[in-house]
Amino acid sequence: MTQVTDTELTDAPQRGELLLSVRDLAVHFGGVRAVDGLSFDVHEGEIVSVIGPNGAGKTSAFNCITGFYRPNAGRVLFGGEDITRVRPSTITMNGMARTFQNLRLFSDMSVLDNVKTAMHSRIRQNVFDQLLHTRRYRASEHRCTLDARGWLDFVGFRGDEELFVTQLPYGEQRRVEIARALASQPRLLLLDEPGAGLNHQEKAELMVLIRRIQQLGVGIVLIEHDMGLVMEVSERIVVLNFGKEIADGSPVEIKNNPAVIEAYLGAEETE
Amino acid sequence: MTDKTLLPRLDRLSRITAPVPMRERPPALSGLLAPKRFMSMLGLVLFLCALLLPFITASPYVISILTSAFIYVMIAMGLNVVVGYAGLLDLGYIAFVAVGAYTSGILSTQFGFTMLETVPFVILACILAGLIIGGPTLRLRSDYLAIVTLGFGEIIRITATNLELTGGASGIHGIPTWEFFGWSFADGVELGGIFFSAKVLFYYFVVFIALGVATVGAARLAGGKLGRAWKSVRDDEDASEAMGINGYKAKLSAYVIGAVWGGVAGSLLATHLSAISPPSFEFLYSALVLMAVVLGGMGSTPGVIIGALFVSLAPEFLRDFAEWRYLIFGVLLVVVMIFRPAGLWPANYVLPFLKKRVVEPVATTNIPWAAVSKAEVAAAEAELDAAAPGSPAAPRAGQSPVADQDATEQGSRQ
Repeated sequence: MTQVTDTELTDAPQRGELLLSVRDLAVHFGGVRAVDGLSFDVHEGEIVSVIGPNGAGKTSAFNCITGFYRPNAGRVLFGGEDITRVRPSTITMNGMARTFQNLRLFSDMSVLDNVKTAMHSRIRQNVFDQLLHTRRYRASEHRCTLDARGWLDFVGFRGDEELFVTQLPYGEQRRVEIARALASQPRLLLLDEPGAGLNHQEKAELMVLIRRIQQLGVGIVLIEHDMGLVMEVSERIVVLNFGKEIADGSPVEIKNNPAVIEAYLGAEETE
Repeated sequence: MTDKTLLPRLDRLSRITAPVPMRERPPALSGLLAPKRFMSMLGLVLFLCALLLPFITASPYVISILTSAFIYVMIAMGLNVVVGYAGLLDLGYIAFVAVGAYTSGILSTQFGFTMLETVPFVILACILAGLIIGGPTLRLRSDYLAIVTLGFGEIIRITATNLELTGGASGIHGIPTWEFFGWSFADGVELGGIFFSAKVLFYYFVVFIALGVATVGAARLAGGKLGRAWKSVRDDEDASEAMGINGYKAKLSAYVIGAVWGGVAGSLLATHLSAISPPSFEFLYSALVLMAVVLGGMGSTPGVIIGALFVSLAPEFLRDFAEWRYLIFGVLLVVVMIFRPAGLWPANYVLPFLKKRVVEPVATTNIPWAAVSKAEVAAAEAELDAAAPGSPAAPRAGQSPVADQDATEQGSRQ
């Protein structure tokens, strides 16, 4: 398989349509300014990383973008539509999916059912279809089982799909969570520390997977602490510190940005 | 997509489609000992046993306690949708039974409806009651819901005590049995020389509705789109929002469906008792139904049936202990919760003698079907290694010997 090196060489950023634009986003919790003036754009098929020291406000920003928090100021535009005060489920239905920092799979459901939940809004079944097991019910269940299996294979899930998610090793649970997010057929995928707790090989697999998702034309926003992964995979990096955006640029620019080195990397060196 | 919640300008965004599965799945378990098949066969056998029972003993006592036990099963099935599937703690569930019982009682005794004709009104009244109480409260997190439902249960009972329409404290008397287009259960029926009395016919009717329709119906709802939404909300409400499930709608639908189950069971109860009064709907009964669900196993169909049968039949066997029986119930509940915290028959429980799925995990060294191929991973690993020294991040902690071994093994293969 030489594909990889090919993509590496021809990996000129092909910017598609503008998907997400965050403008002057701010969230305060009491006196704490968790996010304080964050702005960035994400295009179709683009990978943007959001990095910063612990407590910099990365996850708070994610929660604002996906509708879980209401920002105190600023706007979130998704495909040109203001989604600042839209319900999270509506945002997901409209093509933005996310994963969580701490795995949040549905623990009392099988792997397959976990993935199927993400297809909720597209499944056409009413109460009577479900009570009577009509043809429409059977057809739609068959369809979504196939789709769920397709996504599980896509992320490289190797286990038994009928197991409960709690019976899976950690790395496999991470895969299931990404498959679940993909099953909502997003245009934009927000990954909150997908590499946390993964070993070296699993991280490499994750990196390939992220690129494969990108090849589908999905825009990706990534929060990640593993600098190797971030520098390799992202086209642009946004750096946060104490809620403030201190840099936005290509990996090379970020590596050499004095503000970043001082605020983010300098803190690491003192440890 | 035709969803009305779709934002207009996003409509044009094309969506990615699911890839086709890239590997064969092991075939589903077959034969009589496949868990799914076995459980539905077991259900069918028990259903037939219930049908045959009047041929063994048709004593009015046995028929009567079994009729009420099966009505209890239906009530517990309704509560199971609310508590077991959707995870909403409802402490006033008996209120919906009261709404159903009073609606059919009032319509049949005062307005001359037959019981069959009251059914649509019972369902309507329960949907309304479910929306009125669930509408505002389901936006709250579950602790508040428990308190509000507790209050709702009491409000319904006290309202029934004080209204003239509901017969005040003495309630409603002379609720008729079911009648179908001029033919009533009270007429009895003679088949092959055996006479089926009104009580036995009503028993059959309850078996059919409560065990056949309500139990199978609730279990089927749990398996489809709605059931997945309910369970996901129960397991993690935020994550289910992130999956595009409107948690409020999902909870409201569970609440309303639970209300309908309870209401129809209440209408059966009204016929069975032929007289209903407010003390039949005290908080104690809400607690007992909840106990049936928790004792049996939340979200588990066989568990809830066992729990409901136990809670409704045990008082008959514990008659000698009179008021002590609730103490015995309490002690038993504590014991069960210590030794089987998920209930007598937990939702995920599979009988030990049934076939188990044996699925070989796919080898990690060769995954041609996955989007992530081995060669790419090796390349990516090299990239990560190259990036790591230059990056100021802390050294990777997770570089396990297994991964290294994998990499070398893979290298030697090529």
